[in-house]
Amino acid sequence: MSIELKNVTKQFGSVPAVNDVTFGVGDGQLVALLGPSGCGKTTVLRMISGLETPTGGDIFVRGKRVNDVPVQKRNIGFVFQGYALFKSMSVADNIAFGLKIKRWPKADRDARVAELITLLGLKDLERRYPHQLSGGQRQRVALARALAPKPDVLLLDEPFAAVDAKIRQDLREMLVNLHHELKVTTIFVTHDQEEAMEVSNRIVIFDKGRLAQIGTPREVYEEPASEFVARFVGVMNVLDCEVRDGMARFGELEFPTHGVADGQRLRVGFRPYAVQVSNELTAYRHRALLRHTYFLGVLLRLELELPSGLIIRARMSKEEYARLNLSEGREVSMQIRQYRVLAREGESLPPEVSVTHSLALSPGEGI
Amino acid sequence: MGFTLFYLSVLVLVPIAGLFLRVFQLSWPEFWKLATTDRALAAYQLTFGASLVAAFINAIFGTLLAWVLVRYEFPGRRLIDALVDFPFALPTAVAGLTLANLFAANGWLGQFLVPLGIKGAFTPLGVVIALTFVGMPFVVRTLQPVLEHLDRDMEEAAATLGAGRLRTFVSVIAPTLLPPVMTGFALAFARAIGEYGSVVFISGNIPKKTEIAPYLIVIRLEEYDYLGAMALAVVLLVISFALLVAINVLEQWANRFSR
Repeated sequence: MSIELKNVTKQFGSVPAVNDVTFGVGDGQLVALLGPSGCGKTTVLRMISGLETPTGGDIFVRGKRVNDVPVQKRNIGFVFQGYALFKSMSVADNIAFGLKIKRWPKADRDARVAELITLLGLKDLERRYPHQLSGGQRQRVALARALAPKPDVLLLDEPFAAVDAKIRQDLREMLVNLHHELKVTTIFVTHDQEEAMEVSNRIVIFDKGRLAQIGTPREVYEEPASEFVARFVGVMNVLDCEVRDGMARFGELEFPTHGVADGQRLRVGFRPYAVQVSNELTAYRHRALLRHTYFLGVLLRLELELPSGLIIRARMSKEEYARLNLSEGREVSMQIRQYRVLAREGESLPPEVSVTHSLALSPGEGI
Repeated sequence: MGFTLFYLSVLVLVPIAGLFLRVFQLSWPEFWKLATTDRALAAYQLTFGASLVAAFINAIFGTLLAWVLVRYEFPGRRLIDALVDFPFALPTAVAGLTLANLFAANGWLGQFLVPLGIKGAFTPLGVVIALTFVGMPFVVRTLQPVLEHLDRDMEEAAATLGAGRLRTFVSVIAPTLLPPVMTGFALAFARAIGEYGSVVFISGNIPKKTEIAPYLIVIRLEEYDYLGAMALAVVLLVISFALLVAINVLEQWANRFSR
């Protein structure tokens, strides 16, 4: 383990920003700390860096407890959300700053700076001052500066939040490539689940200062540990159903349930990909109106309106959409192939339920 | 733009031009004689010397004061913040009287300082004290907004790279603060050169010793020696202008990274 947090807590006054968080990051991993704003993810990152001190618990870097090691001695590279470049220094001086402090000889320093300039594509910008650079260039300088002293761990706080979409994409790819090349253990904070999925090989999800789940992108998407995770990672339709005759019901939709008494309420969730849509009105059980189609690139998101007025989000490839000859305003039939009963907060989720065609058509049957 | 230029002309350029036109009535040797009497030379030296010293003191302590006011939360901070403007609001003559009383041999501070050989009243030191007093707000008020916007991330970034507080201050913060400090310095300096009211009481106005140039101008005026006064004024003006230009050039150099 490169980094380990054990029961780490951080109180700001009486408010716990981070509450009893335990997780580890293996050597050379690229990990995302994901969560909505105010969930404590940045505080966790700052505690690992030493910029913040935990009020409880222990932090280990390479097996050594670092709670009392000041930030200067932790040998970490930190990239700030707003870049935090030294305004009065040129690009080259910014990158060389950490090396000067570590008293690298001038020749080694110059070589290392040149190496990073090349690695991050900053050629011909060495003598510029930060204000003469674009957002993407500044971010790359910040990365170069953090990497220059060969840190044990690279920490990035919302590294791509302040640049526009196109550059963000380039920077993400650059980070993945850099990580592939340098193999330095990297932790970055983001509130963008898509970014976390795309860039990292493990995701740590936070909710209100607590660790909600840790896993690979696939795990947190397919096996969410809680309703919060299920809703935060990816899109999910969530219905607050009432149980009658052994079925959780919402409008015209029904979901078979196990051993839940009538009259109780149950939350049911299903992903857009689990919604099957056909242009044949008799193919599936429910009729729906295709209200909107959103083009997301290769995939389309469909907004279906059921007769009761309920809106369901579905997903489909561009080819499928064309094959079914769909268009906004058309009537279609639909059914839900897979769903999940969402437990109350703090409880773990039961596994996803697959529904076969016939089952969905025959109310009252169990699974 | 046109309006601004007009405004500037009426308020600044026209009076200065008038001054120069009057002085041009003198021949060069006449002017030189009026402007470089021993008494005048001593007065220039005191005015510019004391103003520079006062501006330096303000640059250092004003920066510290601004830093503390922006960075630290403590009881009475708002009161102290309000007091910074005090030298602006106080009639300078009142300030001068108060300071003279304070530092006189029988004054509050003077009774302790004078036996130690520190004579505040009626000495060049007194002039420096008065000029420091009136110039202080310029540095503090120039620096405060800059400090408020100073990126704390920069300091944290330096820390993550291994820099201690002193190193961070010297290599990261100080270069960023230098331009506004120099602006504050220039303002305090300019104010000090023109200062009259607060100085005349504490300095004692001893010719060739504690007599400042603006006071000498007033004396010439009282002697109805208008041309003599103007000759002094022109010298004061030219030197001030040259010094302010020099400071400006330095400031541009210090600010090279944001242009």
